Amino acid sequence: MLNKEAKLSKKIFSRDIVLRAIRDGFGEALVEVGEKNEKVVVLTADLKESTRVNLFAEKFPERYIQVGVAEQALVTIASGMAACGKIPFTTSYAVFSPGRTLDQIRTTVALNNVPVKIVGAHAGLGAGPYGSTHQALEDMAIMRTLPNMVVVVPCDFEEAKKATKEIAKNKKPTYLRLARQASGVITKVKSPFKIGRAEVLRQSKNPQSVIIACGIMVSEALAAAKELENRGIETIVINNHTIKPMDERTIIRAAKTTGAAVTVEEHQIDGGMGSAVAEILSRNFPVPIEFIGVPNCFGESGKPEELFKKFNMTSKDIIEAVKRVILRKNS
Amino acid sequence: MRKTPEELEKIAATIRQDILNMLAAAKSGHPAGSLSMADIFTALYFEVMNHDPKKPDWKDRDRLVVSNGHTCPALYAVLARAGYFPVSKLKTYSKLNSPLQGHPERFRLPGIETTSGPLGCGLAQAAGIALASRMDNAHFRVYCTVSDAEHDEGNHWEAVLFAAKYKLSNLTVFVDRNNIQIEGPTETTLPLEPLRAKYEAFNWKVVEIDGHNMAEIIAAVAKARAEDSRPTAIIAHTVAGKGVAYMEGKSEWHTYRKNVK
Repeated sequence: MLNKEAKLSKKIFSRDIVLRAIRDGFGEALVEVGEKNEKVVVLTADLKESTRVNLFAEKFPERYIQVGVAEQALVTIASGMAACGKIPFTTSYAVFSPGRTLDQIRTTVALNNVPVKIVGAHAGLGAGPYGSTHQALEDMAIMRTLPNMVVVVPCDFEEAKKATKEIAKNKKPTYLRLARQASGVITKVKSPFKIGRAEVLRQSKNPQSVIIACGIMVSEALAAAKELENRGIETIVINNHTIKPMDERTIIRAAKTTGAAVTVEEHQIDGGMGSAVAEILSRNFPVPIEFIGVPNCFGESGKPEELFKKFNMTSKDIIEAVKRVILRKNS
Repeated sequence: MRKTPEELEKIAATIRQDILNMLAAAKSGHPAGSLSMADIFTALYFEVMNHDPKKPDWKDRDRLVVSNGHTCPALYAVLARAGYFPVSKLKTYSKLNSPLQGHPERFRLPGIETTSGPLGCGLAQAAGIALASRMDNAHFRVYCTVSDAEHDEGNHWEAVLFAAKYKLSNLTVFVDRNNIQIEGPTETTLPLEPLRAKYEAFNWKVVEIDGHNMAEIIAAVAKARAEDSRPTAIIAHTVAGKGVAYMEGKSEWHTYRKNVK
């Protein structure tokens, strides 16, 4: 059953669920953040519209900085501004930043420990028809290895708004991963969100596995859990939105309760959220784990939903993974 | 207190001795660039910049972003001699637990504005500082030092474009034009000339000087301060390994070798 405390939308399984893009949540919240804190500045590398910072740029032109198609400068200029007390949000596509800008982020943001916000848009398979060059599938792995870095992956439009407001206040180098495509708004304004605290969205009396998901895959995980319940298999579903620092307690507790885990992410399986979960569980409470994600290959052109099917990342695939992991647990 | 060029030269001579002692003790580091930068760092901290070693976080201080972080032995020696930390610390350079890391790190040592080492990143940070200070109506000046070979890096030229776009006249970059890099002369590795014309074409003011002549360094900074609509590049013609006869002009002394005397 759904966890009442998570205050999820009543429409999550209905066809008329509101569809909004996660990047829209970011863009809208950024205006609010700008109103509240004049230290917030926004930089973009020729991607104002598609990273949705056009709203901020219209409202606060004096705090909006266009650096051109120059991602390395994007990050390093922001580092300098942060050293002067600004809170810079840098936006580009995730393939370019952090994709191209790892060295600049590592040295001038993470090692310098300045509160630059790296906002990576079009992350995952959402860039669809653009093909593999524009599908960032390695960004979580890159960013979660950097000391001092916070990594947040909101699951929907509402959570993106909350995440944007929170990271503006956290005083730390932070990576915010944004999906391009419209997706179901499964959380509400009142749904809890705290960086570093995973949310249990679904609980059961006798759960046989936990499904740990992040980003737009959270709604797939919830759909899979509902279908599994219809088939008599109970699960726990966790929205693991903070990749770093990860909520070890919640994950370990769920592993102890269920004895099996499935991780679900729109990212390479290698090095991503699931890998981080595996690191935590292998140190603390090893259980069998199945991983849903892109299996060590590049993406390709196609509609996102076609790509999810191709890479076995749909709710049906989650259901199969849960069955597999339960078999492994019981064997 | 104002210093005469002769007094500055005397300090720089001490700095050069410090550099050699540090490198010999560490058996590591970058002698050629440290020695070519010694006069510029000395002039900046003992004459040019508005700063206070007792208050390294003073918000109105002039900022120096050292993009060519590998020349930090010179920077460390100047910071110590200027009073940021005891001179006795210099001998710990690049050793375990020392605040004087092999490449400079912010927070490890007072007076270090940014972590640097990977080349090409400094000018953009300096431009970010210059832009932020203008937004805040602050009046400090922003200096940046870069090596000449650093101009191979795309990140640097992105920043050159950016600083011109925003007309960052509060930003001055010193180019340590010592003509060498790890693999040999800059002009055979990846030719940079005509460097002055490049900066001018990017809408920068350019001043060329002898980077070992204190009076010229100070005069060049005065010209940069007088400029009100463009950033300034001071191309400082220097000699790699300056002051040590057997190192001068030789790319093999980019990095430490045995027999530093």
